[in-house]
Amino acid sequence: MSAETPPTPAPDARVGGAGVVPRERIAKDLAAVPRVPGAPKPDPIIVADGVRRSFGGINAVDVEHLEVQRGAITALIGPNGAGKTTLFNLLTGFDKADVGEWSFEGRPVHGRTAARMASAGMVRTFQLTKALSRMTVIDNMRLGATGQRGENLLASLLPSVWRSQEAAITARAYELLERFKLDTKADDFAGSLSGGQRKLLEMARALMTHPTMVMLDEPMAGVNPALTQSLLGHITGLRDEGMTVLFVEHDMHMVRHISDWVVVMAEGRIVAEGPPETIMQDQAVVDAYLGAHHDTDLGDDRLLEDDVVEQYEAEAEAEEATQ
Amino acid sequence: MDWTRILTNVAGEAFAPATAAYALAAIGLNIHFGMTGLLNFGQAGFMLLGAYAYAITAIAGWPFFASVIAAMVAAVLFGILLGIPTLKLRGDYLSIVTIAAAEIVRIISRSTSLTSLTGGNSGLSGGDGYKESFESLCPFPDGSTTLWLWTYPNCTSNSWWLRLVAWVAVAIGCLLVWRWMRSPWGRVLKGIREDEDAVRALGKNVYGYKMQALVLGGIGGAIAGIFYTLPTSVQADAMGRTTTFNIWTILLLGGAATVFGPVLGSVLLWTVFMLVKSILRDAELSFITSTQSEAFSWMLVGLTLMLLVIFRPQGVLGDKKELAIDVR
Ligand SMILES: Nc1ncnc2c1ncn2[C@@H]1O[C@H](COP(=O)(O)OP(=O)(O)OP(=O)(O)O)[C@@H](O)[C@H]1O
Ligand SMILES: [Mg+2]
Repeated sequence: MSAETPPTPAPDARVGGAGVVPRERIAKDLAAVPRVPGAPKPDPIIVADGVRRSFGGINAVDVEHLEVQRGAITALIGPNGAGKTTLFNLLTGFDKADVGEWSFEGRPVHGRTAARMASAGMVRTFQLTKALSRMTVIDNMRLGATGQRGENLLASLLPSVWRSQEAAITARAYELLERFKLDTKADDFAGSLSGGQRKLLEMARALMTHPTMVMLDEPMAGVNPALTQSLLGHITGLRDEGMTVLFVEHDMHMVRHISDWVVVMAEGRIVAEGPPETIMQDQAVVDAYLGAHHDTDLGDDRLLEDDVVEQYEAEAEAEEATQ
Repeated sequence: MDWTRILTNVAGEAFAPATAAYALAAIGLNIHFGMTGLLNFGQAGFMLLGAYAYAITAIAGWPFFASVIAAMVAAVLFGILLGIPTLKLRGDYLSIVTIAAAEIVRIISRSTSLTSLTGGNSGLSGGDGYKESFESLCPFPDGSTTLWLWTYPNCTSNSWWLRLVAWVAVAIGCLLVWRWMRSPWGRVLKGIREDEDAVRALGKNVYGYKMQALVLGGIGGAIAGIFYTLPTSVQADAMGRTTTFNIWTILLLGGAATVFGPVLGSVLLWTVFMLVKSILRDAELSFITSTQSEAFSWMLVGLTLMLLVIFRPQGVLGDKKELAIDVR
């Protein structure tokens, strides 16, 4: 299932096509942004100020200022324990900041509950995937739809009230499942999916909410390279549809390949910001990663060449066949 | 051994008002646990509150349906009271708080300072007049009727009328649960049962849904309390921790998260219990007295349950496939 080309072509493939390619336009917008931590963006969707969260004396997150550009793919990178997940939790209402304020689409939203943040259009996935195991894949998807009349206690007793809406939701769910190559699994329990398929399901489910901003916590972790390729396509596809993406990722190949802007965290602080092509040369980033990654080539593009991908795909298929 | 009498007793137990009442309480618990994953260990407290709210208002002269609504309101208030501090926390807090709250309700309602209202230690009996509003609605003539093997009064106390109404209530409960389980509302509850953070991340007000489930299941318990006490009397100690655990047993026996599991579980538990008890009594074993035989029946029932949980953990009606999914 994963061996086919991604439904949305990689952005580079579009260069030279008609109209303005989103990635080029965004690159132009961000070209003038200074490469310093907390740099102001021309059209920020998130503006955060003085956000701090500490666990027993350690500042897990201590962000002075952060702006996230609307419509762009921003990568949030940093060594383990840098505070990336904690920052996600704060922004999405899953955790409470000790101090700090932030706004989403111009409205102050600090202190809002997770459910209200999601309704406001900021939807997230989790580092440890949360597929609802004992529900079918299609029910997982349906659950994502917002504004369901049948989710009211009394209205739920009258199927005539919600049946047509349910049909529309189901149709949309199948559309998304098809895009994520999960449509054949629609009636299986989500618990029977592989780790990578769960990541895809969680992302597809999040899209059912019609978000304006998608926050992905390590969407590629544990996904085989062949699937990764199509996942990258999905993520750039979100941007091309006008959504803002903020994602956490450890693999610098992925980051370089799809992100428009990179924010680097270390020990709770934002230590650097910049475009993906140059960010790894920043001294603060090298310092942050020294120790863990000092002998890794953080920007090797070899993985993204087609023959390597093909080789990975063949390996993955062989692996599947032997199971 | 008089097998006709034993089997008559056993089969009579299958449709007794108490069996219906337990089925209703288990239907309520199924909304809590089977549908939403809430661990309520105080379902007997909801029954007790329902029974007292019904009986006290009935004695005060309220019509039957007004008293039923009073019982439901009591359950709603109790549910909200329990839910506010606990439903925002992790699951275990609810179980601790409910078990304690049910005990508090029991101890307060049997306290002597409330004797004028609840009858204190000795409770409320038919003589206090709490059964009249219900019995006056009986469409049958006075006297008793024998249907095949069973003879019961038409309208008073442990009557055919009560059986009819109690089982209609069970049927309505099943119908509602069936509808809810197949609705988007039930789907949200199921999502909460699986992982409430995932549901929260999709923009649903998890707290509100959990509160709705807690209150609804509690209403089931309160109605059960009415039917449980109408054939006998309202006794605080008859609805204690043992009752709660019996309800849990029934739910797990029949199969949680199924529509008919609670009904089947209740019928199975009480008929098997009656069978064992009757056989032991009739066998006139020299080494076992009748009080011991009751305790021994409970032991046998417990053993059966252990075997069931070991060999069929999803209950009689539960979906093995669903249970087999490893929650990773
Ligand atoms: N619930 C918690 N209780 C105590 N400490 C916590 C908690 N959550 C996070 N921390 C601490 O906060 C710091 C940041 O953790 P966080 O999970 O945000 O890191 P991360 O950048 O997401 O790391 P990784 O890349 O490994 O996922 C770590 O030192 C961690 O130990
Ligand atoms: Mg993390």
